[in-house]
Amino acid sequence: MARSGEAGGGGEDRRGAKRKAPAESPGEAPEDGATESGAPEQPQPRPAAFPPGFSISEIKNKQRRHFMFVRWKQQQRKEKLAAKKKLKKEREALGDKAPPKPVPKTIENQRVYDETIVDPNDEEVAYDEATDEFASHFNRQTSPKILITTSDRPRGRTVRFCEQLSTVIPNSHVYYRRGLALKRIIPQCISRDFTDLIVINEDRKIPNGLVLSHLPHGPTAHFRMSSVRLRKEIKRKGKEPTQHSPEVILNNFTTRLGHSIGRMFASLFPHDPQFIGRQVATFHNQRDYIFFRFHRYLFKSEKKVGIQELGPRFTLKLRSLQKGTFDSKYGEYEWVHKVCFRISEILVDQSVLKS
Amino acid sequence: MAASARWNHVWVGSETGILKGVNLVRKQAVNFTEAAGRPRREEEVSALCWADAAESQILIGCANGTVKSFSTEEGKFLRSRCCPGGEGTFRGLAKHDGCLVTCVESGILRVWPEDSSEHIKELSVGPSVCRMRQDPDRPHIMATGGKENSLKVWDLQTSSREPVFRAKNVRNDWLNLRVPIWDQDIQFLSGSQKIVTCTGHRQVRVYDPASPQRRPVLETTYGEYPLMAMTLTPGGNSVVVGNTHGQLAEIDLRQGRLVCCLKGLAGSVRGLQCHPTQPILASCGLDRVLRVHRLREPRGLEHKVYLKSRLNCLLLSGRDNWEDEPRDPAPVPYEETETDELWDSLVPVVAGAKRKQRPLGAQPGGKKQQALGGPSPVSSL
Repeated sequence: MARSGEAGGGGEDRRGAKRKAPAESPGEAPEDGATESGAPEQPQPRPAAFPPGFSISEIKNKQRRHFMFVRWKQQQRKEKLAAKKKLKKEREALGDKAPPKPVPKTIENQRVYDETIVDPNDEEVAYDEATDEFASHFNRQTSPKILITTSDRPRGRTVRFCEQLSTVIPNSHVYYRRGLALKRIIPQCISRDFTDLIVINEDRKIPNGLVLSHLPHGPTAHFRMSSVRLRKEIKRKGKEPTQHSPEVILNNFTTRLGHSIGRMFASLFPHDPQFIGRQVATFHNQRDYIFFRFHRYLFKSEKKVGIQELGPRFTLKLRSLQKGTFDSKYGEYEWVHKVCFRISEILVDQSVLKS
Repeated sequence: MAASARWNHVWVGSETGILKGVNLVRKQAVNFTEAAGRPRREEEVSALCWADAAESQILIGCANGTVKSFSTEEGKFLRSRCCPGGEGTFRGLAKHDGCLVTCVESGILRVWPEDSSEHIKELSVGPSVCRMRQDPDRPHIMATGGKENSLKVWDLQTSSREPVFRAKNVRNDWLNLRVPIWDQDIQFLSGSQKIVTCTGHRQVRVYDPASPQRRPVLETTYGEYPLMAMTLTPGGNSVVVGNTHGQLAEIDLRQGRLVCCLKGLAGSVRGLQCHPTQPILASCGLDRVLRVHRLREPRGLEHKVYLKSRLNCLLLSGRDNWEDEPRDPAPVPYEETETDELWDSLVPVVAGAKRKQRPLGAQPGGKKQQALGGPSPVSSL
């Protein structure tokens, strides 16, 4: 009775299969027995008889489709829970003889070994680094002098960021850009003994890019910058940074490319093992993102350290490393970020800068 | 070491002065340096060429003006000769008629006889030379080109100081501005007198000295970055070019169309060479990796070898039948042990093969049952 009424097209009725396949017997009924609160109509409970090849997504009615899907999901969850319980029981039953638990797959587990990871004993790489463009800095022949500038017409946030960055990096000078071409600025910097040039690029009032160029003929790295937090936006911060040279920590720059970039960052700061002042600048590389933090530390005991974050923080991602000073059109690139690598990285999970 | 030097398929010169020999079948790379052993940046390898057609010797041009010769049979450096004159690194090396021909960046092209330290012929090619190439069909013909130095073809047998063919710049562009010249790499097309060049302004041009036209016969552009290196494909109809962003492209010279691009390089391409008969392309660059691609059926990357220094130039050996060369001897006894169960008891003796037997743990067991046959208690049940 009610069934024919449903066949007429009741909106309340959720048994979409009946309307879809009127030739089919009301096989759906027994499943709905639990949900239906109305009159029990179906006398013969039968297992679900969907036509083969039917999927829930073919139901046109959104409410019914949603209902079927929710029910299917609940069923899946029940089955999964039942399987887990069963497995657990079996493990307890076997006791010591149970096979070891399978190790869960994590991103770090699935990494393919990157062959460009530098071996500390490798002579060739050691020679390469001892004679590269940064060798004069690490041999203490030159001391860093940095020029910080921005893209043309910077807005307030970028200007304040540059000022804070110049307090973090010793011996750095901020200059207003005035629409000058970088290729004309670079020879002038070289003649005034600057060793590095930092250009902060700004887009829609927030800094979003960094070009770091080592000056006499050194490499130029182009980064994308994100998550810039100025000093006033940092919670629980300490007082202003002082004039002392900070210590530099470089984490996880293990591959050959990572080594070059790590050396580039280290050459921004004076190379002096006698640290005065308890400030430290950290460049932490994780999965190709470089996180910069600036802290003041205090050793409370042998093992316990207290740190206070001062200074700006930002995140960098390398876009390209070019051999030679800034020349994006005719320069030769040592490494360029390419999307096809990104896809293979997603599949295999292998980062470029670290292991 | 001595025997393996002959089996190297690709020879690569690096910025630290080390010559690397790479065997692609065994996937090994070996460093060769002079007797002193240490790499030296002053001896950065800037040009490599075969000393003879049998590929038994390599001539290496270094940044400090010396040309070394290396024997591939023995794996040793034979001699080193100083070829001074002009500033800049070597941009081309060739062997002609028993004499060595060198060209440096400042434009001095000199011919050095075998055992003398004085040159017998000198030509001034023009400043800022980027490449000098020898015609493989006619070894006395050399072509040079560079930045603001248009393509010139020189004949060493004549005694004139003028080039046989001097290319003319193309017409002014649509803004009536002069088009700058920057010939980065030159190749001679076999079978005809045509010359292909690729420029730093992204153009690929074909010149024909046999025609009365001194301007390029065909011109196409590719990409947005300067083209650094070029090589001819087997078949002679197309060239593969590489640019400073690591993009490799095959360009068909009949129509001037792009045929395909090859992926994989991350840095500027410095050296490219294609095998003379098989569609195999070797490329090296500033990203410190040597890659070997296959151009057709199927197109893609075949081998990738990480060599730790920046690579400047390479030489691909023209030998055929690479895949037929024997691999390591270790797998060969391994196949014998899997079939004979008696060898299982001798596994501890052959330490190398033992490792490889573990994944086949199930198989010998199965074969044991079959081998024992009827009377075995296992199979009777």
